[in-house]
Amino acid sequence: MNTHRPWKLSVAGWAALLLFAPATVLAHQEIGQITGFASGFLHPISGFDHVLAMVAVGLWGAVLGSPAIWVLPVAFPVTMAFGGLMGLLGVPLPGIEIGIAASAIVLGIMVLAQLRPPLWAAAILVAFFAIFHGYAHGKELPEGTSALLYSFGFVVATGLLHLVGILLGEAHRWAVGRQAVRAAGGGVALAGLFFLWQAVAA
Amino acid sequence: MRRAVGTTLVALAAIVVASPAHAHLVETGFGAFYDGIAHFAVSLADMLIVIALALFAGLRGTRAARHAMFALPAAWLVGGALGALWPTASIWPVSTTLSLALTGALVALDAKLSDASVTAFVIVAGALYGFVNGATMTPGGASGLALLGAVCAIFFVNTILAAEVTVLPVGWPRIAVRVAGSWIAATGMLMLGWLARPTLA
Repeated sequence: MNTHRPWKLSVAGWAALLLFAPATVLAHQEIGQITGFASGFLHPISGFDHVLAMVAVGLWGAVLGSPAIWVLPVAFPVTMAFGGLMGLLGVPLPGIEIGIAASAIVLGIMVLAQLRPPLWAAAILVAFFAIFHGYAHGKELPEGTSALLYSFGFVVATGLLHLVGILLGEAHRWAVGRQAVRAAGGGVALAGLFFLWQAVAA
Repeated sequence: MRRAVGTTLVALAAIVVASPAHAHLVETGFGAFYDGIAHFAVSLADMLIVIALALFAGLRGTRAARHAMFALPAAWLVGGALGALWPTASIWPVSTTLSLALTGALVALDAKLSDASVTAFVIVAGALYGFVNGATMTPGGASGLALLGAVCAIFFVNTILAAEVTVLPVGWPRIAVRVAGSWIAATGMLMLGWLARPTLA
């Protein structure tokens, strides 16, 4: 009988050793690629306040026509990334949620009222609000994901939301469509008021 | 019975234990040359800079695109060979990310640089990324043939893309290219933030 005892001990010992043995894993840059892109891509879509503001940028661009139709959607992601950079660097920015809510209100009103400021003014306005969006959401990288793919997915999703807004905004070429676009702008502004109320109440 | 349980325990432990994993190239099974091609295809950072440089050269016209067609792979190859000599060198993430963001910004702005400036920019960026490629691929067991495979893939992507951009008509197609550049610039800018963050923590 005793002849089996050492074997049983060695089984437990080997099992413990194998389970607790650390694996030799060397650094590899390309980790979490799929989850990184998916997380980044879904992030702007998951927040209704972001979705509305980004679609509103596209709507307003379509209302303003060329070159604003592409300048605004270019300005937004770049300055949004700058906002993300500020957040990652720890630069303080007060009233982030209020800024996000205000972006929906202001952009919604612009679309509703069909306001046509000079291009530089429109670009600065959009860029200003983009900083709040980037600051709030650009720095939320889930564990184990590729930062590059997360960032890429985040930016691509933002750009595609602008594209959705542009495509919807192209309906303003027709009389009925123009009213629908204005109504959409009013809806965005109302939703912005709700977000503002939430931000102030929090 | 106990022996069977013990043996099963060892077997299960042997299954779940993590085996040593080393940084390595994608193994296609077709050899080092194709492994190099696959490595480029799955390395988003490398792919993005090549796309950005091709868009940039293509926007600047046929002459600049022709120069970039040969300058980029050649610079990448030379940089890669140098990187292979110093495989322990730093991968210079800030430099590579900065060059990615800068290239994207140049595309977004449709920067009117001279052909010589475009070629010089492409050479510097290509050599930088090539050096990092060589320095990181070599410890994974990559040979010169793998680097050559990656360079051939870069030549192919750069040539096709730059050529397509040169013939794009003025208007929406070229605007789409500039929008793509802005996305690359934004991605690079966010990446710079990610790189800076750990040092601040």
